Amino acid sequence: MNLIWVPLLPLLGTLVPLLTERGGRTLCAWATALLPALSLMIILSHAPSVLSGATLKSALPWIPALDLELAFRLDGLGLLFSLLILGIGLLVILYARYYLSPKDSMGRFYCYLILFMTAMLGIVLSNNLIQLWVFWELTSISSFLLISFWSDKREARRGARMALTVTGAGGMALLAGILLIGNVVGSYSLDQVLASTIQIRESGYYPAILVLMLLGAFTKSAQFPFHFWLPHAMAAPTPVSAYLHSATMVKAGIFLLARFYPVLSGTDMWFLIVSLTGLTTLLLGAYFALFKHDLKGLLAYSTISHLGLITLLLGMDTKLAAVAAVFHIINHATFKASLFMAAGIIDHESGSRDMRKLNGLWKYMPYTATLAMVAASSMAGVPLLNGFLSKEMFFSETLHQSTLGSLSWIVPVLATCGGVFSVAYSLRFIHDVFFNGEPIDLPRTPHEPPRYMKLPVEILVALCLLVGILPGYVIGDLLNSASSAVLQGLVPSYSLAIWHGLNLPLAMSTVALIGGLLIYYNRRVLFQFQAQFPEKDAKEVFESLMQSIIAGCRWLNERLENGSLQRYLMLMLLLTIALTAAPMMSLNQTTGSRPQLPADGVTITGAALLILGALATVIWHRKRMIALLTLSIVGLIVSVTFARFSAPDLALTQLSVEVVTIILLMLALFFLPQRTPKESSPHQMMRDLALSAAVGGVVGTLCYALMTRPFHSISEFFLANSKTGGGGTNVVNVILVDFRGFDTLGEITVLGIAALGIFKLINRMRLFMPAGDERGRPWSDDRYPMILAVVSQLLLPLALLVSVYIFLRGHNMPGGGFIAGLITSVAIIQQYVAHGVDFIKDRLKLNYQWLIGSGLLIAMMTGLGSWVAGRPFLTSWFDHFHLPLIGDFELASAMLFDLGVYLTVIGATLLILANLGKLTTAERPVLTKEEL
Amino acid sequence: MEMTYALCVGILTTCGIFLALRGRTFPVVVGLTLLSYAVNLFLFASGRLNVEDAAVLMDEATQYTDPLPQALVLTAIVIGFAMTAFAVILAMRARADLGNDHVDGRLPSITDESSNKERP
Repeated sequence: MNLIWVPLLPLLGTLVPLLTERGGRTLCAWATALLPALSLMIILSHAPSVLSGATLKSALPWIPALDLELAFRLDGLGLLFSLLILGIGLLVILYARYYLSPKDSMGRFYCYLILFMTAMLGIVLSNNLIQLWVFWELTSISSFLLISFWSDKREARRGARMALTVTGAGGMALLAGILLIGNVVGSYSLDQVLASTIQIRESGYYPAILVLMLLGAFTKSAQFPFHFWLPHAMAAPTPVSAYLHSATMVKAGIFLLARFYPVLSGTDMWFLIVSLTGLTTLLLGAYFALFKHDLKGLLAYSTISHLGLITLLLGMDTKLAAVAAVFHIINHATFKASLFMAAGIIDHESGSRDMRKLNGLWKYMPYTATLAMVAASSMAGVPLLNGFLSKEMFFSETLHQSTLGSLSWIVPVLATCGGVFSVAYSLRFIHDVFFNGEPIDLPRTPHEPPRYMKLPVEILVALCLLVGILPGYVIGDLLNSASSAVLQGLVPSYSLAIWHGLNLPLAMSTVALIGGLLIYYNRRVLFQFQAQFPEKDAKEVFESLMQSIIAGCRWLNERLENGSLQRYLMLMLLLTIALTAAPMMSLNQTTGSRPQLPADGVTITGAALLILGALATVIWHRKRMIALLTLSIVGLIVSVTFARFSAPDLALTQLSVEVVTIILLMLALFFLPQRTPKESSPHQMMRDLALSAAVGGVVGTLCYALMTRPFHSISEFFLANSKTGGGGTNVVNVILVDFRGFDTLGEITVLGIAALGIFKLINRMRLFMPAGDERGRPWSDDRYPMILAVVSQLLLPLALLVSVYIFLRGHNMPGGGFIAGLITSVAIIQQYVAHGVDFIKDRLKLNYQWLIGSGLLIAMMTGLGSWVAGRPFLTSWFDHFHLPLIGDFELASAMLFDLGVYLTVIGATLLILANLGKLTTAERPVLTKEEL
Repeated sequence: MEMTYALCVGILTTCGIFLALRGRTFPVVVGLTLLSYAVNLFLFASGRLNVEDAAVLMDEATQYTDPLPQALVLTAIVIGFAMTAFAVILAMRARADLGNDHVDGRLPSITDESSNKERP
């Protein structure tokens, strides 16, 4: 069956426990196990071909252009991990059925657990790096949910938060590393990345890639100095610890190292960082494990130590070390999962995990004790058990490496030290818990657990023994195939045997065993020595660090975001100055080489008027009506400026917009206070003046520097093709309706949307309606002056005629849809002003929303019309015709498009102004005679 | 001529930004209008200043002005109007719903030293 089903089935399975929870605990457990079991069968059915060296692939394309697809691949390493994840996962499901108390929500627990399983399967089977990362993050999230499962406990919440923060931060580093790899290789496909070893190693990004990828791997697999989250994750229910924190999640980091081993390893940097981190973690974990009184704490530190061991193996420069690493991954998963389960049984049946209280349990639960002792011996590396084999390989490889040059002898010595402590803490686990006198006030009398709670432990312990005694038969093929996937090549020959003769590794094992016995025997001395150091709770340190970061962020946030828009604007302007002034300082000369135009009297007068108008607006800005009048002077000069500098279209547009804007602002001012109170302090005034002058200075200088420099414009193209390709001589209009017609379509859409938005804002507005002007004088009774009414009525046909003329000639002479639309609007608005809304409503039955809609529709249909002719969207067409009497004339599809623009502009302008005007006239309050 | 033009753009920008930094909505809208004049003039100037060049294709013309900035500015003027309209209607609505015309929607508190000293 297709590989995609392997992670997909458990993903579907997340719903199963929630649905079957009501059917009882046993049913729920069986139903939950069903889909992962199916996945396991799919994996097993593919196993023979993978073991014979094939790599299976399967992909669902998603966005091929971006190299994004749902891609899975199954090779030896993926097979090994899938078997561990699904196999141990199924055992944990069975175990949790008995472990969870009736109070706990079983459905929720299984749901999280299966979600986690899906995520892990996704990581180990992904053939796309981005996809791998998504699953990677999913493991962080689902493990957060699992650790905080007993969310009423403070410890669980804090432990979960810590795990999420550390692994989540590592995930960010991993993403950065993956993006860099994708950048270097040009693809996110794992196949391609694995084939680009040289490319990656020789790229300048290699150090950054390596460090980022290692950060991701080390945080996940609890390597020093990120190891501190793992012991606190032990607040999770024990099945979770057995699954996540021994067999799977922490192994995801190791998996990452192994997966990218062929690409990233082989450099001094890799060997140095990875081996030293592994060695430190190995020693640190082994040493501290001995002093933990909590059963799970001891196992957690031992896990850290073993993860360090695997990392160290991957960081050594021999190929066999990688094989040993893979072998130890298998062995550690089996014995550590069984030990955690045993610890869970002890906790469950005796009510305590404190080794100072737990003593002499052998009498109460001999069967469980035997299983735990076998597993613990495997952890210590006792012969005939699987832990011995991989540890032996490890010792042997430490002797063959030369990672640290002439100092390489230090590695086997320290490895043996780690081995000594590993024996000592294993011994403590066995002796302290099962022997060493009688239990001390335990909450309940210990007894053997239910039959099936022991079954998962039995299976795992049996595997420890089987692998330990018959390694070649049981595990040989799998190990070989996984190792070849890690090495991406031939696996060096090695022999999986218990007896290699009397050699140095055997001596190291012996030293470790005897040394461990001695240390455990003299443990009191060591405990006293260790007691001198004040114990630091990593949780407290972490929490206070987090709190100070949060406080820092809050402080910064309050400074930057205090709710004052003026402050935001000021900060943005300061940033603008910082960003623009710096490059301008590197500009050597302000004046460019382009010859300048001579200034003449008319221009100087215009400029003086413009400047005076702008300054007057600022000076009188608190008297709003006057400011409006001075503003209109500025607008007028701007239109004249456009006319002066050969831009007739702009002059016409600005002139008509100016009229509409001033009318609009006057109408709005009716509903707003007529004056602005004086509330800025002199200090604030000076600051704002300085800031705005600085920005104005930068903009003015930029404008000057720009204008005085010669340039090459792409406009040559438009000038050359306007007549022949667009059928018009007014290039500005041809650009608007033809060359860049799509932009114009977007712009009139925005215009329409803005008008509709305004229409909605005006709707149902509760208004402040002044009954008189600011001095309290009532409004005039004479609403519509006679002369204005008569003159405007006479002007209307003329104005409409002008607008039609402007519209029709637009393609060849200054004019066009925008300008004609504005002129028509002004003509109609004049009627509103002269006659009032009611008068117009009776005579002009136009729905402005419909007008906007039909304008947009016409423009759109014109564009689509070119599809009928098999051309791209908005391709224009034109031709010349001859009619008797009228003569030659031209028809162009762009004209139709311009009609759409014309209608939209009229609709939008009138929708805004007529609705606003309606507010002022509809219910204008009239003062009665008495009030006067 | 270029110097005069740049001076106008600079002063319009200064005035526009100064008004946009005020605390009441109406001066802000007026400031935005001034600022949009400045921006349009700036964009227009990127085609360089020409007094005598032709704007429309003609047989007798040899030099043309750059039509591209003109086309850009033409739509910018119309969109700028829509923006101004939206801002001013929003200001009206804010005054109607919030009871004041301050940009933050609430008057500066009395304890704010920068404001109460100046209030008449």
